[in-house]
Amino acid sequence: MAGTGTAHLHGESEALLRVENLTVEFPVGRTGLKVHAVSGISFDVLPGETLGLVGESGCGKSTTGKAVIQLPPPTGGSIVFQGQDLTQLRGEKVRQLRTNVQMIFQDPISSLNPRRRVRDIVAEPLHVWGIGTKEERARKVEEVLETVGIDPSTADRRPHQFSGGQCQRISIARALVLEPKMLICDEPVSALDVSVQAQVLNLLEDLKAKYGLTMVFIAHDLAVVKNVSDRVCVMYLGKVCEVAPSDDLYARPAHPYTSRLLDSIPVPDPEVKPDPTNRIQGELPSPMAPPSGCRFRTRCPIAQERCASEEPQLRNIGQSHYVACHFPLVGAPA
Amino acid sequence: MSRNALDTAQRRATTSTLLEVRDLRTHFRTPRGIVRAVDGVSFTLERGKSLGVVGESGSGKTVLSRSIMGLLPRRTTLRSGTVLFEGNDISSADPKLMRQFWGTEMSMIFQDPMTSLNPVVRVGRQITESLTKRLDMPKDQALATAEKLLADVRIPEPQRRLREFPYQLSGGMRQRVSIAIALACGPTLLFADEPTTALDVTVQAQILDLLDEQRRDRNMSMILVTHDLGVVAGRTDEIAVMYAGKLVEKAPTKVLFSKMKMPYTEALLRSIPRIEDHSHTRLQVIAGRPPALIDPPPGCRFAPRCPYAQERCTVEEPPLVEADTPGHFYACWYPVGSAEWQARQGATAGTGA
Repeated sequence: MAGTGTAHLHGESEALLRVENLTVEFPVGRTGLKVHAVSGISFDVLPGETLGLVGESGCGKSTTGKAVIQLPPPTGGSIVFQGQDLTQLRGEKVRQLRTNVQMIFQDPISSLNPRRRVRDIVAEPLHVWGIGTKEERARKVEEVLETVGIDPSTADRRPHQFSGGQCQRISIARALVLEPKMLICDEPVSALDVSVQAQVLNLLEDLKAKYGLTMVFIAHDLAVVKNVSDRVCVMYLGKVCEVAPSDDLYARPAHPYTSRLLDSIPVPDPEVKPDPTNRIQGELPSPMAPPSGCRFRTRCPIAQERCASEEPQLRNIGQSHYVACHFPLVGAPA
Repeated sequence: MSRNALDTAQRRATTSTLLEVRDLRTHFRTPRGIVRAVDGVSFTLERGKSLGVVGESGSGKTVLSRSIMGLLPRRTTLRSGTVLFEGNDISSADPKLMRQFWGTEMSMIFQDPMTSLNPVVRVGRQITESLTKRLDMPKDQALATAEKLLADVRIPEPQRRLREFPYQLSGGMRQRVSIAIALACGPTLLFADEPTTALDVTVQAQILDLLDEQRRDRNMSMILVTHDLGVVAGRTDEIAVMYAGKLVEKAPTKVLFSKMKMPYTEALLRSIPRIEDHSHTRLQVIAGRPPALIDPPPGCRFAPRCPYAQERCTVEEPPLVEADTPGHFYACWYPVGSAEWQARQGATAGTGA
């Protein structure tokens, strides 16, 4: 589970966002210990592409998403957006960046200020940047609300008068009102019911087509990620395991972790009997003291000595399919 | 077929019936009005069988299980209907009487293992509590039993874990401890209320496997409450689908997936993104959202969102009737496959949201 290595990156001029060797560490009190949340990962996103970041709790996917918009700035590595290294930006420049990269959070209800009217919540970014006259702003807000499927005549209500799904639509409207180039969605549908989840996923697909958005879609649900993503990046304990076009990744998982992750998904089909033999055993190691070499080796059924001593590098196993494993399930061993 | 016919049909095999629920209603008094969380639900559960209760938030699935077990606050809850457990009517039992059932006859695993365990009591004591209180087990014997229970739920080093506090365990481990507590007094019926919703997908699979195995080993009945059709598909004998406080369809698991009658079940299944579909596959959505339970719509409660709804659906409530397949019940005037349904199917084709 190395994830070190940049073999999978496109040319520098091609990508809209290019993250190289991103490291995020958090100090643990005054113990001198550190949580290694993200340890040197690299990925890029092409214009108009949706990249899915998937993994279990604690794999660093949300931290990665937040690091891109410098919340907080990462410990190390570079994040190049439209040719500009965001980690070198300070103060006012960081604020300007955020007009182009907007974020949608997991819990739609707590990410909206309960005291404010929906109209004002959505208009706030325009207000902050002093865009347009009062009338123009009002028109823009109504237009965006309409686009996400909220009746503008309800815009004077407050968030508690809307359901979870509607609140998520309002968050999306707020993110879109500045017409950003990139949207980072951090578990945007995991707090929603399945019937509402489908509505929001379809909406995101529509918006992407309409505004030509580039998206980073972070989620733990592999089926949801597959549905919206062009390429998927599987993470484990702060490292990248595998990067591949969605259909290819799900058809031919090469990393033992990806394979078992896919097998643990409960399938809504009674003919498919759960198979308790192909399970990931044991617990996630502590991110304060991650294993040497490949980070998945402690739970990997096919780990060998080499996995402990040498960290695998991401390498190509055909057709933009990259894996960081010494003994992948598909393709030749490194 | 009428409601009475259903009763007769379900009463056929009373010998092995463990739980029988008849027209259970559970309403809550709130400042905004009466919330009809469970509104006339009937079903039976056989000994040793597992039943999945599926529904979205607010469908009443959690209230149903808590109402059966008598875990709701008595002051604000209005409850009517009959709950027969092994033939005993427990629907009006007070908590004092219910104590004879809790733990030894029926027990429950809750969704969030972070909050369902007591944070300031060691794991060992939380397990032995019911053993010493319920089964009058001496302390050392109870501790030995607790250790065995932890081993049963696959916790490594059970002896050491007994002395730890919940915060020292991971989420999956805590849910295993909750399971050990629920299993301690050998219940005949286990309620698992979204037992894996707070857990990661790999841990979820482990916990579901464990529940399966324990249920078989102990010949328990289980009611598995979840919003995820995937969780119940491979692991239950029967599935009950709830919508807005009503049981709208109940069938043996395979029948439900292959011959569903209720348009809601069909729509629910279609709205799930599937791993075998290509990426960017358009999802079929259910328009709108579930009704408020304070003032539910007349007639069929799904009618406002149902693509096949006709006038009758909005005025007359469909009763739960039995389909051709025995044990398959549904509440719909124009079920999937009927002539009217086919006519509407043609009319709405190509207008998918």
